[in-house]
Parts: sequence; C-alpha cells; structure tokens
Amino acid sequence: MFKWKTDEFSWVDFTIDVLRVLIVLGIVIGAWNTLSSGRISFAQWVNLFIAGLSQGSIYALIALGYTLVYGILLMINFAHGEVFMAGAFSTVFLAEALNRTGFLNEQPVLAILLMIAFAGLVSMSVAILLERIAYRPLRGSPRLVPLITAIGASFFLQYTFRGLYGSGFKAYPQVRALQGVIQIGDVNIPIVQIFVFCSALLLMLGLYWLVERTRVGKAMRAVSENKEVARLMGIDIDWVILFTFGVGGFLAGAAGVINGMFRPQGVNFFMGFIPGIKAFTAAVLGGIGNIPGAMLGGLFLGVIEAIGPNLVLAGLGIPGANQLKDVIAFTMLVLVLIFRPQGILGERLSEAKA
Amino acid sequence: MTILRSRNSGIILTLGALSGIFLVYIGMVGMISAFHKREVVNDFISLGQVLLLLAPFAAGYVLANRLRAEGAGSAQLLAGGLIVGLLTALPTVILLLFNSDDYRFLLDLTLRLAPFAVASAIAWQSYKSGSESSRVLGIWLVTALLTAIVTYSLALIFEVKGDLRSVLVNINRDWEKVVTFDNWRELGVGIITLCGISGIAGLGGVVLNLLPAVPRRALVYGLSVTLLVGAFGETVRLVLQEHLDRDTLRAIFQRDTLRQNAALTLFLISTAAGFLWALYGERARAGFGGMAPTQQRTVRGIGTLVFIGILLMLPWLIGRTLSDVAVTIGIFVLMGLGLNIAIGLAGLLDLGYVTNYAVGAYILAVLTSTGPLGLMQGTFTFWMVIPVALLAAMFAGFIFAVPVLRMRGDYLAIATLGFGEIIGKLAISDWLKPIIGGAQGVQAIPKPVFFGNELTNPEELYYIVLVASLVTLFVSIRLNNSRSGRQWMAIREDEDVATAMGIDTARAKLLAFTLSAATGGVAGAIFAAKVGSVFPNSFTVFVSINVLSLIIVGGIASNPGIVVGAIVLIGLPELLREFSDFRFLMYGALLILMMINRPQGLIPSTIITHEARAGVKAKAAGAG
Repeated sequence: MFKWKTDEFSWVDFTIDVLRVLIVLGIVIGAWNTLSSGRISFAQWVNLFIAGLSQGSIYALIALGYTLVYGILLMINFAHGEVFMAGAFSTVFLAEALNRTGFLNEQPVLAILLMIAFAGLVSMSVAILLERIAYRPLRGSPRLVPLITAIGASFFLQYTFRGLYGSGFKAYPQVRALQGVIQIGDVNIPIVQIFVFCSALLLMLGLYWLVERTRVGKAMRAVSENKEVARLMGIDIDWVILFTFGVGGFLAGAAGVINGMFRPQGVNFFMGFIPGIKAFTAAVLGGIGNIPGAMLGGLFLGVIEAIGPNLVLAGLGIPGANQLKDVIAFTMLVLVLIFRPQGILGERLSEAKA
Repeated sequence: MTILRSRNSGIILTLGALSGIFLVYIGMVGMISAFHKREVVNDFISLGQVLLLLAPFAAGYVLANRLRAEGAGSAQLLAGGLIVGLLTALPTVILLLFNSDDYRFLLDLTLRLAPFAVASAIAWQSYKSGSESSRVLGIWLVTALLTAIVTYSLALIFEVKGDLRSVLVNINRDWEKVVTFDNWRELGVGIITLCGISGIAGLGGVVLNLLPAVPRRALVYGLSVTLLVGAFGETVRLVLQEHLDRDTLRAIFQRDTLRQNAALTLFLISTAAGFLWALYGERARAGFGGMAPTQQRTVRGIGTLVFIGILLMLPWLIGRTLSDVAVTIGIFVLMGLGLNIAIGLAGLLDLGYVTNYAVGAYILAVLTSTGPLGLMQGTFTFWMVIPVALLAAMFAGFIFAVPVLRMRGDYLAIATLGFGEIIGKLAISDWLKPIIGGAQGVQAIPKPVFFGNELTNPEELYYIVLVASLVTLFVSIRLNNSRSGRQWMAIREDEDVATAMGIDTARAKLLAFTLSAATGGVAGAIFAAKVGSVFPNSFTVFVSINVLSLIIVGGIASNPGIVVGAIVLIGLPELLREFSDFRFLMYGALLILMMINRPQGLIPSTIITHEARAGVKAKAAGAG
C-alpha cells in the first residue's frame, strides 16, 4: 500500500500544486484567447471594470460586518447576509412611499439619506437582536456551535421576512437624478455607479474614523486584541460586542439601499444569501478581521466577477459565461481558502484563528 | 394588587411579554391563519386556535412552576395565571386596533410619540445610574433622533399605503377572524373574547400545574394524544382507511377531521390510559427491572422483532400516500446517516452535501434515461447504475475533499458551502446544457425493475430505501467501532493531538468525506428514480441545510437520533401541508434553540454524552 504522507512527499501538497498550475494555465489561455480575438473593446473593458468596482463596493460594505464581528469574536456571522436583506427589504416600502409622495425625485439627496438611515437602523436592530438572543448565550462554546447557530439564524431570518412581507419580488423605484451617463472619451459611466462607489466610500471612511479616532473605536480594538485585559481596563465587553454588531448591521442596511439604487429589481427574502457568501469571500480575500482588507477584498472581488467571465471563461469557449459569475466568485472563495487563508493584507494568522 | 408589587411581578411581566410577542410573531408570519385551515376537531377547534391557546396556557404553566419555586400561594398563582393570559393577548389586541379602520389613529399616534417615550426611558436609565446631565441630554437627543427616523418613516409608509395589511401581508382578514374567534365585525366583542379566552387559558395552565401528579400526567397525555390525532387527522384517516370499513371511518371522521364525539371518546380513552400508566407504569417498569437478565433479553428480543415486523409491513399498514412520504423520509435518513460520517464521527462540518446528492441523481438520470439526453437509451438499468452512482459520488467527494483537507472548522464549512453553490450553478448553466439539460433537467427516467416487475409504486420503492438505509446503518455502526472510527473521533476532539499521535489526518479525513459522499450518491439516485426526472432546482443549499438540521435536531453521531430527526423534520412538513411554508423557519429556530439548550440533540449519542459529562467534570474540577 502506498502511504499518504511520507517525509519527502505529500499527496495533498502535490494535488494542490497541480490545481495551482491548472488554474494559472486556464486563466492564461482563456485571457490570451479573449484578448487576441479582440472581441471586447478597450472602452468595454473599462466599463466592466467600473461596474465591477461599484458592485464590489457594495460587497465591501457587507464584508465589513463579517470582518468586524470576526475580529472581535472569531466567529463567522453567517446570518450577516440576512441582516443586509432585512434592511433592503424593509426599505422598499419606504422607497415606494417616498416615490408616491414625489419626495424621492424632488429631494433625491435627502430622500436617499433618509432611506439609508432607515435601512441601517432596521438592519442594526436585527443584528443587535441576533447577537443578544442567539449568539451571546454561546460565547466560549466550541467554534462549530456558533456557526451552526448562525446558519439556523440565517434561515430563520429569511423565512421570518418572507412571512412578514410576502414571498413575491419587489423593486426599488427609479431615482431620476441617478439615471443617465457621464461620457469620458469613449467610456460611458452610468451616474448610478459613481453614486454607489462614492457613497460606499464615504460610509467606509466613516467607519474608519469611528474605529481609529473615537473612544468606542479604541474600545473595539482593545476587545479584539484581548478580551480579558480589556475587561480589566474597565471596558464593558458585552456592550462593545453589541455595538460592533450594530455598526456592522448599519453598514449592511445602508448597503441594502445602495444596492437597491444600483440593481432595483430582485428584492425578496432570499436576496441576502448569495451576497452574504460573496461578502464573506471578500472579507477572507482581504484578510478577515482586517478593516482595510475587507474594503480592498470587496472591490477586488467585484472587479474579478465583472471581468472574469468575459476574460477567462469566454476565452476558454464556455457558452453563457455571464451565467457563471457566481461560480467565479465561489471558486475565488475556495481558492483563497486553499492558497491564502490569511488574505491579501492579513498577516499569517495563528492556529487559533486560521 | 399586592401581587404586582411583589418581586414576582417581574416574572409575570417577562413571561406575559414573551408569550405575547410569540403570539404576535406567529400571527405576523402567517402561521395562525395558515394553521387555521386545518381543523383539529370538526367544527370545534382548528390548529391555529390551538396555537392561540397554547401560548397563554404554556406561559401559565411555566409561571406556576416559577412562582411556586418562589413560594407563592395558590391565590397568587391563579391571579398570576390570569394576568399572564391577558398580557399574552395584549400585543395582539394592539395590533388588531392598529389594523382596524376606526382606531388607525392610534397607530399614527404611537409612531409619532414613540421617539419621545423611548428616548425618555433610556435617558432616565442613564440619569438613574448617575450620569452627568449633559450626557443624559445627549443620550436623549440621539435616541430620539434615531427612533424618530424609524417611526416617522413607518408612519409615512402606513399613511401612503393606507393600511398595515399592504406591508405586513399576513395581518389580514383571515388572521383577524382567527384571533377574534370570528367576531371581527364587532371589534370590541372580538377583543373581549380574545382576552377572556386567553386569560382562561393562562388560568388553565396554572390549574394544570396545581393538580397532583397522577391526574396531571393523565390529562397532559390525553390532551396531547387527542391534539396530535386531530392535527394529523388526514394521516390517521389514510392509515385507518387501509384497515376499517367505510361506515366506521365515517363515524370517526368528517372528511379529514375528527368528529366531536370521536374526539371526546379518544380524549377519555387516552386520559384513562394515561391515568392507568401514571398509577401502574412504575410498577411495570420495576417488574421489568426485576426480571432475570435472560427474561429481559427475551422481552427486548420480542420488542425488536415487532419493530422489524412493522418496518417490513409498513407499506401495507399505511397505504400508498404515506408510503410516498416514507420513501422521502428514507432518502433523508440515508443522507443523514451519510453526512453523519463527516459531521458526527469526524467532526467535519460539510455544508455542501447536496453535491453528492446531485452527482448521484444526475448520473442515474443520464445513464438510464430513455429521453433525448439518455446516453445509454435504456440499456443500463437502475441496478447497474446504482453502483456507478455510488462510485461517482465517492469520486466527487474525494475530488472536493482534497483541496479542503488543510482547512478547519468554519473555513471548511464555508468552502464546502461554496462547492455546493458551484455545483448548483453549473447544473443550471448553458455550458453543461447539452449533457444534463440545464434548467429543463433530464426526463424519462425509468423505474427500477425487479425480476420483471417494474417498481412504480412508492410501496415498492420503500423497500429499496429500507435496504439501503439498513446497509448504511450497519456500515456506519461498524465504522464507528473500527480503527478509522477511533481516528475520526480523535480528529474531532483535537486535530493537533491526533496528528501528534501518529494519525494520518489527511487520509482519515479523505476517507470520511468519500464514505459520506457514497450514501449521498445512492440517495440521489433513488430520488431520481422515484421522481422520474431531475431538475437543477432540486439541488439547492436547502437540501444540505435539511440534512444538517435533522442531524443536529436528532443528535450528532446518534443513529436513532437521525432517524427520529428525519421523521420529525421531513415527515412533519409532508404530512401537514400547512407546515411546509414554515419548515425553514422551524429549522432555523430549532437549530438555534438546540444549540443553546440541547446541543447533544433529542436522542444523544452515548459516546458524546459520556464525553460531554467528562468535559463538564473536567471543567468543574478545573474551576474548583
């Protein structure tokens, strides 16, 4: 019988190396084919890139919630996608109401700010309730226990909102101010994409300021560094954890509205699941627990998702490549977990974290 | 009113608020009106109404327990029960008022005043705990602003939409009818009815708790048997239909619901039986304990034989419709046992189990189909392809396991979830459409043929599932006691220590994934043959979550637990159609509740129980 592992040779390493070579080959060949065929012009590439950036900034906002919670509790809040859904789904009604009174198109800035605040607060309440009811009793239990709870919470929230608002699809109304394009040379950039990118950037800067410059941010960093010592320093750990969930929830809710401006269709109870997994991918990609990492990871994932199918898959002769967008994202997830679980910016994590 | 000032009032208020919120919640997600369609006793009570009564009743019962521990007297208990019952009704009453045309202004008023109330309450707390007045003012302003954003937005939404119903779809006429006991036209009468019934139910819970043990147990037994038979009236009827003649059946059932006389008789009989058991049950158990070991073994042997007999005869006992349900349950038992090898034995949380299920189903579909996508056009039969499906699933499990061998715990879970999603997207994609049919799937899968007989009926398919489950059960019991089983256990407890002990963890994990995949493949193949066609939308993350839930609820690493878990989680929604809309709501709630209160599951595995106890002891020793 052959051995799986000897000192010189490990089958697992070998397989992973083969996988690595195959992936690189696939990417190179696919990209070469696409680029040499010249099917997609430079302006189109730029368009794809910018669309990817805006989609990515939405992922980044959600990813921040994963990263904040992971940084403090070392747990994957699997239900975070549903926190995003809660805000996005609830705010559809507000958006419809604002649209019907005409306020949405008369005062788009105020209306969108109100919607973001509303969605953020709804998601925040959901996240806080989640922590208080489901996760707090499980602190300090084996690591799979909170994960299974979070999976349960995820489905519980999905079907709660399905029960509350019904199972049909809803859509955000169009905001007139966000329609239209800006032309720069050959490239047409939709205004809504610029809006998405800028508002996400502002929120992220706000978070950065909160964590780095305020007292409560200092407390968050202290708790994530060492809970026991933080407690000895007089920090109310439970409150800081709750606050962290709240901030993550707020960003997710805001992302829900921004996403609704970007892609108005398809608002229903299941809308948070796939973005949730993708945002988790983004968080891991940037190095989970690392705030700039989550932002970078989100943008990176968005761009890869936009360009990947057209560049690599289409080049490999796979039909309907854009259907496989999600496959690209999930493959990214698995690949990052295999090859660089510490992420782009992450330092090599200790065994306790990895 | 002394009771409200005592320290017991906190317990009463908490319980009342909890059960009240529960009642409003199940109303808002639509459970009450959906379950109202199922009558438990004909023209007397529906399942929705049972739910409505159960909340105050249970709250009253728990309250009596808690208050007795505090040393409260009977009068206090009864008053407490009444108050809890009324409190339970309160949130529903408020929602009824908000939803009625005449009292809608109350909703508006509440939403507009709420920010001030909430902010003042929170600021008052902060004031009492001794904060400076500037800080208190700041807290007041911030909370008032944040709450106002939410409540004024809500007020705007309801004003533009016109009513609650257009947002909260389940706060509709049906719901109103149930909670007001059909007095929805006269809201005042309806509210008084609701409060009265709820108060009485709360009192009832207390009274039940105050009864001596024997009649209490008998009553609980009688009530639950009657309720269960009533709720599953359709199922019970289907079973009885096989064995009783029409007139007897008609005397018991009005269509699918229990007649009142029959329900009363059933209640009396089961209460009497419960009474007898409560009186003599202990003696019977003592008698069994007093028997010689050989006699005990005989009794157990007879029990096992009866059980096997029932398993073998099941399709004849329960008829066609229920056999179909039994096959579905069996498929999930099969998957549960398989996934348990990864989760329960080796501690590898695999969330992509649907991958193996899909591989098995598609392999069978493509190889046996007589449709345009069939590769072999009927030359391959079910029996020839089953081993192929098994091997293919094992191969898929192996391939997907290799990259994740280095991962641990939560990363492994997410990576396998990713695999499951990738497979789902590929199945529906245009890329693989020429082979597996894209969204249209593969049709025309022939039924298995056994010695010339086509096994078209669920009664016959049942035996295939039964045999497959028994084989899997045998294998997994043997595995658990094998060298690999002990290696898995070591890995589950501590991977580093396992490696240090010289266990080739990579190899052991691969084995776990591969073997666990095998049963998934068989289950998928049987599923494909049962349905006769496969569609990509049968292979979503929900399958994985289903299997995970039944393992967690039944008991990790516990084979009987998995069977019970499958019967409860898969069988229940199949038998109670009203339930199926809420199955994932229930699964989610169950997963959370089980993890918090009973992580070992309903029927815990003996090994895990031992380990848990040892762990508790070690912790206690460490703390001491």
